[in-house]
Amino acid sequence: MKTAQHPEQAAEFVANDARAHWHDQALWFVREKRDRMAVSLPEWEQLRDTASQIKLHTVSRMADYLEEFERNATKLGAVVHWAKDAQEHNEIVLSLLKKIDAKRIVKSKSMLTEECHLNPFLEEQGIEVVDTDLGERIVQLRKEAPSHIVLPAIHIKKEEVSETFHEHLQTEAGNNDPNYLTEAARNHLREKFVAADAGITGVNFAIAETGGLVVCTNEGNADLGVSLPKLHIACMGIEKLVPKAADLSVFLRLLARSATGQPITTYSSHFHGPRPGGELHIILVDNGRSNLMGSSQFRNSLKCIRCGACMNTCPVYRRSGGHSYGTTVPGPIGSILAPSRDSKQHKSLPFACTLCGSCTDVCPVKIDLHHELLEWRGEIRKRGQLPISKTLPMKFTSWMMQSPWLFGVVGAIGRWCLRHFPRWAIYHGLNPWGKQREMPESPKQSFRELYQIHESKKASDE
Amino acid sequence: MQVALFIPCYIDQLYPRVGMATLKILERRGCDVVFPSTQTCCGQPMANTGCSSDAKPLAERFLEIFSPYQYVVAPSGSCVAMVRRHYDEYLEGRPGFAELKAKTFELCEFLVDVMKVDAWGGAYPHKVGLHSSCHGLRELEMGKPSERVGPAFSKPLRLLEMIDQIELVDPKRPDECCGFGGTFAVAEEAVSCMMGTDRLRDHLGAGAEVLTAADMSCLMHLQGLGKRQQMPLQIKHIAEILNESEAKS
Repeated sequence: MKTAQHPEQAAEFVANDARAHWHDQALWFVREKRDRMAVSLPEWEQLRDTASQIKLHTVSRMADYLEEFERNATKLGAVVHWAKDAQEHNEIVLSLLKKIDAKRIVKSKSMLTEECHLNPFLEEQGIEVVDTDLGERIVQLRKEAPSHIVLPAIHIKKEEVSETFHEHLQTEAGNNDPNYLTEAARNHLREKFVAADAGITGVNFAIAETGGLVVCTNEGNADLGVSLPKLHIACMGIEKLVPKAADLSVFLRLLARSATGQPITTYSSHFHGPRPGGELHIILVDNGRSNLMGSSQFRNSLKCIRCGACMNTCPVYRRSGGHSYGTTVPGPIGSILAPSRDSKQHKSLPFACTLCGSCTDVCPVKIDLHHELLEWRGEIRKRGQLPISKTLPMKFTSWMMQSPWLFGVVGAIGRWCLRHFPRWAIYHGLNPWGKQREMPESPKQSFRELYQIHESKKASDE
Repeated sequence: MQVALFIPCYIDQLYPRVGMATLKILERRGCDVVFPSTQTCCGQPMANTGCSSDAKPLAERFLEIFSPYQYVVAPSGSCVAMVRRHYDEYLEGRPGFAELKAKTFELCEFLVDVMKVDAWGGAYPHKVGLHSSCHGLRELEMGKPSERVGPAFSKPLRLLEMIDQIELVDPKRPDECCGFGGTFAVAEEAVSCMMGTDRLRDHLGAGAEVLTAADMSCLMHLQGLGKRQQMPLQIKHIAEILNESEAKS
């Protein structure tokens, strides 16, 4: 596991100014599209309220709904498995594949399997896993992790895709035409679909009332992946549950609009039990989620439907890139989820945020993201994981600010230094403010001094 | 109307003219303005760094100092948001706290919502860009953020629009964060400066000669960047523009 923290990784991304701006523009384009789509529904804010309430209710009765889902899914002929963590999840998948001696797997994009690091696990067992979502396939060929949960290859330019395809799929060198490249990927993936022994998909929504599940894709790859092989394994985090089929009318309207600015995802595929002659296995994965369920501070984050809108809007994510977060789910929501698994490793993430609150306003299920990020900062401090370089200045400032006299003296000295010190004594390596910014001009008198003069003048005028 | 001035610590030390502009605007409207001199800092830097135990004594001091007054007004959305949205953690249930939250206002809010200002004297013949500082916009709901669906409004903009001859310019991204973010400006220096530079370029591209906001902290960061890059852009707190235009009339 990489231990580099967000500021260093972000600085590296920002150092390539043209690329960082290109990344920012690409995501802002999606964010603006989302705005146009949201405005086209006058009832948008009401939909967000409803979605939030449904999810909160579901989380509050998660155990009941999960059991109801298991009962109904089993009735439909699916087999339901429970996994407490990533390891268990991966072993269940492997045992199912071993039973039919499957060697070639097609997978439709699933962030859960990324979270569980399923691909490397299966590859070690000699099983080929092909990600069939175009973006996901591009990052897979480049041996990279997705940098975004909905747009996994948003950090890659088409010229780079062309190079990758030339190397792996023998496309023409230097041909950057998106149509040509997509066609090449399509032909390549078609071979993989036809040869697959099993199909793995993620789950966008699992319905307790019916025992069915819904997978949303724009490329139809989930449908293809599970229609040809006989074995379909659906992997889902337990928070993907909704109580009723009718709830989909709320979530399907919000999901695509928030994610990509489309009115609805191209394919919303419903799976209710296995297809004739086939097998459907559903793996319900906890992997730290029930800890969040028990936490009043962070429970809200379980409402997340993984639309990625908070990433598209986050000014820090847009400029620092998804990989700078060093976690499967990056951006604001990832910065809440990752520390809940390992706060020591991910302690810099809640601070990779200006607390601007745009994520909270864009979130279709009304997670108060920036408030949870602030909560996480307090939690990291409480756990003793905040570096002394941050705790000590805060302790000192608090102590100083409890004495107006001391504040006045320190302020006056500081201002005097700022006016009289030579430039080199102010702008040096220990002053990150001054690296790209000038310090404020230092006035001779503070406000409290000017106010005194103002008051005595007023008194003498009267 | 009795108003206690709540002057953020860094405005007291570095931007006293913003405090003076606030004082003059309120006095001109007949307010009985006082500056409780024992005030220092609201504790936001500590709270935002996760150091609640360091913020708490400052919140307690704040309550004690400002409780006696009818209104508390500050030229800073961010510091007011600290009191109104984040003091609960430290002061919930304390006598006077509910009242304190209800009577603490950011300057523009106070002028629009409490003083019901509907005209502004004087002129300001410049092209002005308004930076909608996040905490005022989203925590105090001083305007409609671009992500939300509903009727558009902005209290700072409403005040600026009352000034004669002012020409307000529209940046392409109306409410993108400037990247200051308190200690973020130092801890994530690279992203912070890129965000700030982008903000400045957006406003310059829209034709702004003067950039304003209801938060001097955002402006301190933007001014530092603009000055280093020698951008032809003046930086002024909204209180300064309101005061200057009126003082001339």
